[in-house]
Amino acid sequence: MGERILMKGNEAIGEAAIKAGCRYFFGYPITPQNELPEYMSRRLPEVGGVFLQAESEVAAINMVYGAAGAGARVMTSSSSPGISLKMEGISYIAGADLPCVIVNIVRGGPGLGGIQPAQSDYFQATKGGGHGDYHMVVLAPSSIQEAVDLVMEAFDIADQYRVPVMVIGDGMIGQMMEPVEFKEPPKRDLPAKDWITDGCKGRKPNVINSLSLQPEKLEEMNWNRYKRYEKIKENEVKVETINMEDAEIALVAYGTTSRICFSAMETLREEGYKVGLIRPITLWPFPTETISKAADNVKAFLTVEMSTGQMVEDVRLAVNGKVPVHFYGRTGGMVPSPDEIIEQVKALGGGK
Amino acid sequence: MIKVAGRPESLTDKQMHYCPGCTHGIIHRLVAEVMDELGIREKTIGVAPVGCSVLAYEYFNCDMHEAAHGRAPAVATGIKRVLPDKVVFTYQGDGDLASIGTAEIVHAANRGEKITTIFVNNAIYGMTGGQMAPTTLLGQKATTAPYGRDAEKAGYPIRVSEMLSTLTGVAYIARVSVHNPQHIRKAKKAIKKAFETQLEGKGFSLVEVLSTCPTNWGLTPIEALKWLEENMIPYYPLGEFKTPEEVE
Repeated sequence: MGERILMKGNEAIGEAAIKAGCRYFFGYPITPQNELPEYMSRRLPEVGGVFLQAESEVAAINMVYGAAGAGARVMTSSSSPGISLKMEGISYIAGADLPCVIVNIVRGGPGLGGIQPAQSDYFQATKGGGHGDYHMVVLAPSSIQEAVDLVMEAFDIADQYRVPVMVIGDGMIGQMMEPVEFKEPPKRDLPAKDWITDGCKGRKPNVINSLSLQPEKLEEMNWNRYKRYEKIKENEVKVETINMEDAEIALVAYGTTSRICFSAMETLREEGYKVGLIRPITLWPFPTETISKAADNVKAFLTVEMSTGQMVEDVRLAVNGKVPVHFYGRTGGMVPSPDEIIEQVKALGGGK
Repeated sequence: MIKVAGRPESLTDKQMHYCPGCTHGIIHRLVAEVMDELGIREKTIGVAPVGCSVLAYEYFNCDMHEAAHGRAPAVATGIKRVLPDKVVFTYQGDGDLASIGTAEIVHAANRGEKITTIFVNNAIYGMTGGQMAPTTLLGQKATTAPYGRDAEKAGYPIRVSEMLSTLTGVAYIARVSVHNPQHIRKAKKAIKKAFETQLEGKGFSLVEVLSTCPTNWGLTPIEALKWLEENMIPYYPLGEFKTPEEVE
């Protein structure tokens, strides 16, 4: 550690997981995340771990479910259509209160869609995707370095709260190369895994389960889990704000689009426009408070996404009608250029 | 007083929910007796299915992990890969294993996962109320085959043991029945052999157990046992389809 290495996003994510103690990876190939399972298939045997290419995404996530129940740090990765298949298993993992890390390198959809970068899985990632009342913690890096840092922290977050954590990128994050340094994540006080199913020697048998046929009991379990989600909302929100002190227009974007918005903002600032950037790093929990406070000072928001408009709904909820929230989106794998965003900001009056 | 029979330690004392005449209780007991005899209760992790035996995790007195419909072999794979020195078994019905979970069982078997599957075949969906299963016999009535299963429309009853025994990764496959005491003893022997196969690290093992469903077959428990013997066994022949000796 301490050394900077040039790495491809997908491979850096794999190495970060190994550095974080992940020794089990179950996956199924899909573009544009294939370098990640390929990397794990090379590296895991070197560190005494197990890589297994499952027969399907459905099987892969259920292998994750079993391995998590057996107490392991375990990860899977996929891209949009594959993540849809994993949603059944993710609901069970959430229902059984198990920790794991799921990487989604998002591509255009719906259906088979395309293989170019997109952000159109926001709803699926943050609003459920699988059935039932549950959440995943959703982390959205905007650089390879941040992907590495967040993947390492993701395992701790998962273990601390016993929840699945999704790291969401897109083809751009997965495929580009940047220098990275593997740093120790901040130390967390993690609870003992006394609930795992690894044979009941010396104790009463443990059961990992999400079935609860009595409605009163299931309701109680759901509210208890909800309380845990409230704690996550209190403790785990991550957001970056840039140039928001005097901003009149606030750009809101995450991941790849936040980098493009940053470039647009720099150009606009040079021309005297008072533009700032709010970059949610956790998509769930969403940085509602940061946006709500910003709404007291700015004249308008412009949410930029590679979708037809998904996160913009959370921005509007946070703004709660105080000022207008505008939206600019490209979809289908199209990536917006800084010029497009500059044009949009200027059309709003630009805060000059 | 000499105690000649008792509850196996590997079963809890929870009262089972199964219908009168259902043979799940017998099969549970056989698995538990085998676990006791092999002394593996404290190193075993069972994977419970969806279906009538969905509550198996309440009956087996060992660590248990519930799975989604059909996914038990994948869940068991995850557990066994993390804990190669422990014993992992799945307990699955025909809807679970032979329909929605066909891919999972075929590939777990083909990988030679060192797990044991107890496959309970009663030729019908029990828990959901008597719908057609992949194993429902031709002409057999079910709520979704009210005129009897017609091969033209619904295909043929699937012979899982025969199919899986063609796979190289498989070490032991047997089909047994529990319709009378003689066959119950044979069933136990097969289940024991399946667990021993796993303990010896030889590969995937599965025991298909022909079982009754008096409720959904619309028969009395006695009639159901007779129906099993007369109708199921001719189509689903009993015996060992692959043994560890053949693997070596």
